[in-house]
Amino acid sequence: MSMRIPRTSRRSLLKAMGAAAVGISFGGLEACSPSKPEGGGEEPKLNFYNWDTYIGETTLADFKKATGVDVNMSLFSTNDELFAKLKAGNPGYDVIVPSNEFVTRMSEAGLLMQLDHSKIPNMKNIDPAFLDPDYDKGRKFSMPYTWLVTGIGYRKSKMQGVPDSWKWVFDSAQYKGRIALLSESADLMRLSAKYLGHSVTGIPLEMVKQIEAMLIKQKPNVKAFHEDDGQTLLQNGDVDIVIEYSGDIAQVMKEDNDIGFVVPKEGSLLNSDGLCIPTGAPRPDNAHKFINYILDAQAGAEISKTILYPTPNAAAKALMPDDYKNNPVIFPPADQLANCEYGAFEGAERAKLYEDVITRVRAA
Amino acid sequence: MEQSWTRAKGAFLAVFSPTVLWLFAFFLLPMGIIWAYSFGQNEGLVDIAVTGTLANYARVLQPLYLLIFLKSLWFAFLTTALCLVIGFPVAMAITFASEKTKAWLLVLIMLPFWTNLLIRTYALMAVLRTEGYVNWAYHWLWDETSGLLQMIGQAPLGAFTPLDLLHKNFAVVFGLVYVNLPFMVLPLYAALDRLDRSYLEASLDLGAGHLTTLFRIIVPLALPGIASGVLITFIPALGSYLTPDLLGGPDSQMIASVIERQFKRANDWPFGAALSFMLMYMTFAAVALQAILARRRAEARQ
Repeated sequence: MSMRIPRTSRRSLLKAMGAAAVGISFGGLEACSPSKPEGGGEEPKLNFYNWDTYIGETTLADFKKATGVDVNMSLFSTNDELFAKLKAGNPGYDVIVPSNEFVTRMSEAGLLMQLDHSKIPNMKNIDPAFLDPDYDKGRKFSMPYTWLVTGIGYRKSKMQGVPDSWKWVFDSAQYKGRIALLSESADLMRLSAKYLGHSVTGIPLEMVKQIEAMLIKQKPNVKAFHEDDGQTLLQNGDVDIVIEYSGDIAQVMKEDNDIGFVVPKEGSLLNSDGLCIPTGAPRPDNAHKFINYILDAQAGAEISKTILYPTPNAAAKALMPDDYKNNPVIFPPADQLANCEYGAFEGAERAKLYEDVITRVRAA
Repeated sequence: MEQSWTRAKGAFLAVFSPTVLWLFAFFLLPMGIIWAYSFGQNEGLVDIAVTGTLANYARVLQPLYLLIFLKSLWFAFLTTALCLVIGFPVAMAITFASEKTKAWLLVLIMLPFWTNLLIRTYALMAVLRTEGYVNWAYHWLWDETSGLLQMIGQAPLGAFTPLDLLHKNFAVVFGLVYVNLPFMVLPLYAALDRLDRSYLEASLDLGAGHLTTLFRIIVPLALPGIASGVLITFIPALGSYLTPDLLGGPDSQMIASVIERQFKRANDWPFGAALSFMLMYMTFAAVALQAILARRRAEARQ
């Protein structure tokens, strides 16, 4: 009998660390406040606020070699954390990486600076399909960094066939006690709506009620609501079927070939993370330089090699090996993506409504 | 004779004022701001207008949130009760141990504090999970027993089913007891250690049994220790966040997780503030109750 050493992903550990150490980070960036040297230029520094395991191994060092600018990277684990931190005023970040919906939300709240496209010539490398998204028309505030799709990760040996429908997680007792759902309220509502045949946006109120009833009915079959560590639960054998993001499952599939990933036939939710400059960034020039550098073909390929998320950078993708370009988990086939759509920020009231529904489901 | 502080006001102020300033600037002031938020509402996406509205508190009093509070209280109560039942014999054992053993036992009790709560919780997950250490040992025993039964010509045990321990309410209470036990044992030990042993000898000499001595002599004398142990176990357990989040299942939502989500996901700081202060009012009530009971006891003794 063999025993697998239980382990946890760095991302979820970091997240929980953050939760345990709230308060320690207060004013941690005070020392880096803008002190412009004489002559009007910017000091060669940059504060980059990024997700964990979300940058190439040598990217920051290479950037320093190329420009002399020292990048100080700190990490956040959810968009909500990012938003909550910048809401009270920018503590000194120059470049941040919010997801599509939050690009809208933060730009509406005046938390993002307009980008100067003339300082980002490498924008030409981006796949034209990503240049005019609904969440940021004309790419005024963000440059695409990665995109990803939410789907179902599963343990092949424990499934009967491929679980290619949201039914298996939302509306069936087939895998009772072996299911983990995302705890993110808006995503749960949107994916449920997808299952019921509706778009992820503009969910009517009757359907919100219907979803609530469905999730309450399904709850006894659910093992856990996970905080974006579904791949760990899957890998450790705690559950057999989880809702997770493609890249996270791709990372554990490298270590465990009994794990599979599928985008359900009803369609799913797309996300795209963007490089943005928050309002009040102390070093906007360096920030533009940095964003331009990341959009470079070679630098972009270096990043994709590490993080295994799909890249919107056409020039970088061209440089990647076939096992990345043709990996169906990283780039799901076109027919699977046909029904997928981006979520949109639908106002504070909606966010509150969804949160209340999930609170009720969890309390039921 | 000790000098009263009133005679050395200058020295007293010099020593005391940094503490007061610190407390004011970094504790009372931020708390005051959050308290003010609880009477406010969101204005747009970023701003909070303090309007004096009671709407947030009205929402806190909805059955949904009251039931979550109730569930948190129940978890905290269970945790405290279990800590007391487990902690009392431990504290007694330490008290009556030899001086050398005593020191070692105390170190053992305090050892967990040297490790971050988060690490301890993840360690617990490794113990409890489906392929964790408990199930590993259980599986081994199962296979061995099965093999033995076969050897003596009996039918072997059926297929092994792992124990379902993690991601349920059991795991939350288990985790909370594990985390909070030292907080119960230390004040109990402090109270029991001060106990005048001659009372116990008198009780035993005069014919009381061990149990009678325990419940009629030791427990009443240790009551202040029990009260403070209960209090400093109950309050952190009530507001615990990490443990239910990491060890709990779909049914283990405690109030702190709801508060966290109001501040982050729902972006509703005013409501989150109202929920936090509700928790705080309840804590104050518990402390006040304890103070009143202590005073009653003191009066009754006079």
